[in-house]
Amino acid sequence: MLAGAKSKLPLFIFLTPILLWLFLLIVLPHLDLLRMSFRIENDYGDMIWSVNNYLEFFREPIYWLTFARTALYAIIVTFLTLCISLPVAFYITKVAPPRFKGFLSLLLLMPFWVSELVRVYGWMILLRESGVINHFLLKWGILRQPVEMLYNDVAMTMGLVYTSMLFMVVPLLSVLDNLDDSLIEAAFDLGSTTPTIVWKIIIPHAMPGIASGSIVVFMLTLGNYLTPNLMGGKNSLWFTEQIYNQFIASFNWNQGSAFGFLLLIISSLIIFAGLKLTNQKLSKVVQ
Amino acid sequence: MHVDLSVKNVSKHFKSFTAVDDVSFEVEKGKFFSILGPSGCGKTTLLRMIAGFEEPSAGSIYIGAQDMAEIPPNKRPVNLIFQHLALFPMMNVADNIGFGLARRKESKAEIRKKVADILERVNLPGFGPKKIHQLSGGQKQRVAIARSLVLDPTALLLDEPLGALDLKLREQMKIELKKLQVEVGTTFVYITHDQSEALVMSDHVAVMNEGKFEQIDSPQNLYSRPASPFVARFVGNNNCLAGTCVGYGDGLAQLQFSSGEKIGARTDRHFTTGVKAELFIRPESIIIEPEKELPELNRMQVAVSSILFDGANSQLLVTSPALADEMLISLPQNRQYEHIAAGDRIEIGWDVKAGNCFEVQ
Repeated sequence: MLAGAKSKLPLFIFLTPILLWLFLLIVLPHLDLLRMSFRIENDYGDMIWSVNNYLEFFREPIYWLTFARTALYAIIVTFLTLCISLPVAFYITKVAPPRFKGFLSLLLLMPFWVSELVRVYGWMILLRESGVINHFLLKWGILRQPVEMLYNDVAMTMGLVYTSMLFMVVPLLSVLDNLDDSLIEAAFDLGSTTPTIVWKIIIPHAMPGIASGSIVVFMLTLGNYLTPNLMGGKNSLWFTEQIYNQFIASFNWNQGSAFGFLLLIISSLIIFAGLKLTNQKLSKVVQ
Repeated sequence: MHVDLSVKNVSKHFKSFTAVDDVSFEVEKGKFFSILGPSGCGKTTLLRMIAGFEEPSAGSIYIGAQDMAEIPPNKRPVNLIFQHLALFPMMNVADNIGFGLARRKESKAEIRKKVADILERVNLPGFGPKKIHQLSGGQKQRVAIARSLVLDPTALLLDEPLGALDLKLREQMKIELKKLQVEVGTTFVYITHDQSEALVMSDHVAVMNEGKFEQIDSPQNLYSRPASPFVARFVGNNNCLAGTCVGYGDGLAQLQFSSGEKIGARTDRHFTTGVKAELFIRPESIIIEPEKELPELNRMQVAVSSILFDGANSQLLVTSPALADEMLISLPQNRQYEHIAAGDRIEIGWDVKAGNCFEVQ
């Protein structure tokens, strides 16, 4: 008995900070938000229980259209990030000389040493009407008039892809590192061309990494506020901005928390559907 | 005779290192050809050049009658069995075997039929839907061979495919592989560092050392008439006796050890008096306590230092002042030599024709 209790003590000591962190900063506020999302003010100014906040989302097209748009863009961003990251990860693990591998991974990591805000402003300096790219295009005579490259969906998508790339490349690096080179050689020897090797060998092998990278990128993109807000401009409304508006602009915390929970639930459903479609298990993907 | 594979003066250099140095050989259709050599001798590089994964620095490779220069591996009529087999873990057995056929755009029905046929042939009928990780080592081996054979290659290249198996299974697979090769009649080019694999299965064996071929011959000749001291040492067990040539005539060389003892050795080579020479004599060529009247026998008094009992492979370890190293002698387990114990002094002898004599360069 005593020995058992003794051996568990260090575990509790080390677990306490993380449990406190989880409970006080994540579980408790969420429970409060959940309670708030079911409260509305009735005609007499009293707070009563209701699901009206949730119904509001489906009643007003602006809300669910914004959400659909956000989810669609998040899927596009995830897909584009994957398309760019897979060759990058393949190059680092299989093509680059071994002594450069660490250096190349470091290059990927470097932009993440500065905050997202600074990175987004960096892009803005490059892309805006009076920015660096326009300056050179004008100077070389390619353009006569400066073009506004910011504040549209393309700029926003690019910014989001740039922000998410690392989170896709890292899991891909680890799965591709495990890919035996002789599998690729064997496929080649059996008559494959490069596209069939990618499609039949590399992608199936990398599937767990693709799934875990995609989940992280999708979640981060869906919950991103800064990049769509700064680079997307007025026409590219992101769902997080709707939540922000409810909390800060309309001061309707009850509506805002209902939206927050809807975002959580629907994004979880999309990920669940994605895992089912690609035949992956969550427990295997998060390893 | 139709030649399936012909390698002409092929060399491969990696910066300052020469992996394969001016190697030439031909393999006739339907033969089992082995390349035997210690690890790092360049045999894998040579095989990868035939398969097309490496470009030779010099020389040319012909498969059938076609020059293979600049032809990528996926266009060559040869298939390689990798050391660790490289079966695709994301596919089942049937998809693995059908992979090459699907790349040739054969019809689904055709692929299904060919896969079933080849599975039958490698004694794995009905294994199609199994996953790769459900197979045992020997079954994986057979699937890997089936995956290549189903494409009906001009030559099948095998890169030490039995290396990862345990001893019992390896012995069994050796025989199976040889049978299969005879049955399908495909030309096999097999590389290994295991001399027993090479000797048991091959029609011809090339012994490779430091990028060069030392000897290409039948397994029997390789064993009984090695062309160089390296082959004598590498193929089978051999005792090496070093001495000086003190006389040569009529194909018989007289060797003298540093202790003053003299022995005779029949040899095809010419020896001049005074040169250093090495005599290689196999453990099984040595007779324990030879009868007095046997002619043309080298006799020697030795002390038994230990008995290495290993069933049919039992050996005696003996020493003598004449020998620099200990000598191994086969000890037949027919109860005739049960009286021999460690520390005994015994007489041994061998026929003057039994050994192979080389001049030390």
